[in-house]
Amino acid sequence: MSGLTDLGVAAIRDGFREGDFSAREVAEAFNAAVAAAKPLNAFIVETPEHALAAADAADQERADGSVRPLSGVPLGIKDLFCTAGVQTTAASHMLEGFVPPYESTVTERLFLSGAGMLGKLNLDQFAMGSSNETSAFGDVLSPWRSKTGGNAALTPGGSSGGSSAAVAARIAPGATGTDTGGSIRQPAAFTGISGIKPTYGRCSRWGVVAFASSLDQPGAMARDVRDCAIMLEAMSGFDPKDATSLKLDVPAWENNLSSDLRGLRVGVPKEYRVDGMPAEIDALWERGIAFARDAGAEIVEVSLPHTRYALPTYYIIAPAEASSNLARYDGVRYGLRDLPEGANLQDMYAATRADGFGAEVKRRILIGTYVLSAGFYDAYYTKAQKVRALIARDFERAFETCDVLLTPTAPSAAFALGEKSADPLAMYLNDVFTVPSSLAGLPAMSVPGGVDAGGLPLGLQIIGRPLDEQGVLNAALAIEERAGFTARAEKWW
Amino acid sequence: MSVDAAAVRKIASLARIAVTEAEVDAMTGELNNILGWVEQLGEVDTDGIEPLAAVIPNQLRLRDDVVTDGGIRDDVLANAPQAEHGFYAVPKVIE
Repeated sequence: MSGLTDLGVAAIRDGFREGDFSAREVAEAFNAAVAAAKPLNAFIVETPEHALAAADAADQERADGSVRPLSGVPLGIKDLFCTAGVQTTAASHMLEGFVPPYESTVTERLFLSGAGMLGKLNLDQFAMGSSNETSAFGDVLSPWRSKTGGNAALTPGGSSGGSSAAVAARIAPGATGTDTGGSIRQPAAFTGISGIKPTYGRCSRWGVVAFASSLDQPGAMARDVRDCAIMLEAMSGFDPKDATSLKLDVPAWENNLSSDLRGLRVGVPKEYRVDGMPAEIDALWERGIAFARDAGAEIVEVSLPHTRYALPTYYIIAPAEASSNLARYDGVRYGLRDLPEGANLQDMYAATRADGFGAEVKRRILIGTYVLSAGFYDAYYTKAQKVRALIARDFERAFETCDVLLTPTAPSAAFALGEKSADPLAMYLNDVFTVPSSLAGLPAMSVPGGVDAGGLPLGLQIIGRPLDEQGVLNAALAIEERAGFTARAEKWW
Repeated sequence: MSVDAAAVRKIASLARIAVTEAEVDAMTGELNNILGWVEQLGEVDTDGIEPLAAVIPNQLRLRDDVVTDGGIRDDVLANAPQAEHGFYAVPKVIE
């Protein structure tokens, strides 16, 4: 039944419960689709046996009348989540062969909800990148091809590029992602799927390979808003093992979905009209504004005056935290060890880290080491933390006059692999619309809003108040219903 | 502020990353590019602003001072590049 891979999370869950098909049939269909999609390079490790075992358990539960929220649904897991007994690499040679003896809290919750795992999805190395070109296991290719850009291989976005490619190519109904500066939303926009980063602290970071701890936040990527709500409900919740985890109940996001935006004030931040923004992105934004108005919302212009300082702030804070977090890769306790002939302990550390980290990871560790070093700490790091406070305050003030914000997700459609990889700064600028809300810890989501002249997906972003995932999901749903996005990548793999 | 080759070698040694001379040259340019770009933060008036450490206000919790885990030495050592006699092994650190 190949038609099964055309179903999303909700459709699989419901069809399975209704008895339209068995969980095993679903798992077999997706396992076959994964095996046939190797040219995309979306998976680092495939785990068909995990998906089948969860499916057999689900079929038994259905017979016993004890199905769980995600019984029958196989998912892709970003290879940044530690999975017990299954290699977890963060797409780095540093962790090649690392098999965690423990399960991340997010994957544990998903599996306890009945979900199975199709495999571990490729990503930018240690989640550092916006194009999936920094993985030690090769680039992920987007399933999309531009109708006007020749046949160039396109980026699926990053860092959750394996996740976005897998969902867009219909080889997984949903996938986990993590978002530090836009790593769920930008790849979702580039591949025509939906992705939500919840409020910082909603999803536990325990067992997620750390990049920048004050920013990292797991989230859900799927074909539509409802599927994201279902997944996020299963992933979220208090975890005593993560000191930044919020001790709050998880709302019934799916049950409370509503695309009726009457009474809602949607803010449009004027500073997001950046210089040189393509006319297509501006037109997409106008369409999104029209959709929100059509759903009953009132549109208000708001100001986020420190927007232009968000990226430089991010590129101090994230590398600073990364340089600290990645100090753990020393060749002693796990991962790679490079021990040159006659080397002492210090030589071993330096050789191991030179071998195990890719160029972008080294670049960020060095920047982070520099901005935290004696003499520069206040000029760079403390200054950035102060500007971060101003960026957060901008959002607080904007939310005095509006309930959610509507912006484009990225300043362009997906670019070609190799197009920006030689220029780190050009790559960083791709995250201009997603980074500010990450710095403020706010819930934010990307939904497909339309296509560009080449037929490539473009995303619209909704940003909400702290803990207002419902407002974000509802506004996104209103846009989704009106955008009528039905384009999909033509199968070439 | 900008970095020269000596500064890059110093940063790399602080970060415990071995670098070749060719890498030092390349990184000097890249780091200066990025550092030059972040200099624009100097334009922002941050007088009287407290640095933001926690984005979402959250009370740090204390847990009961009890052992919640343990007796898993083999699990802990399972991924070690070199483990001997129940310990991590490293190159000799005494002369």
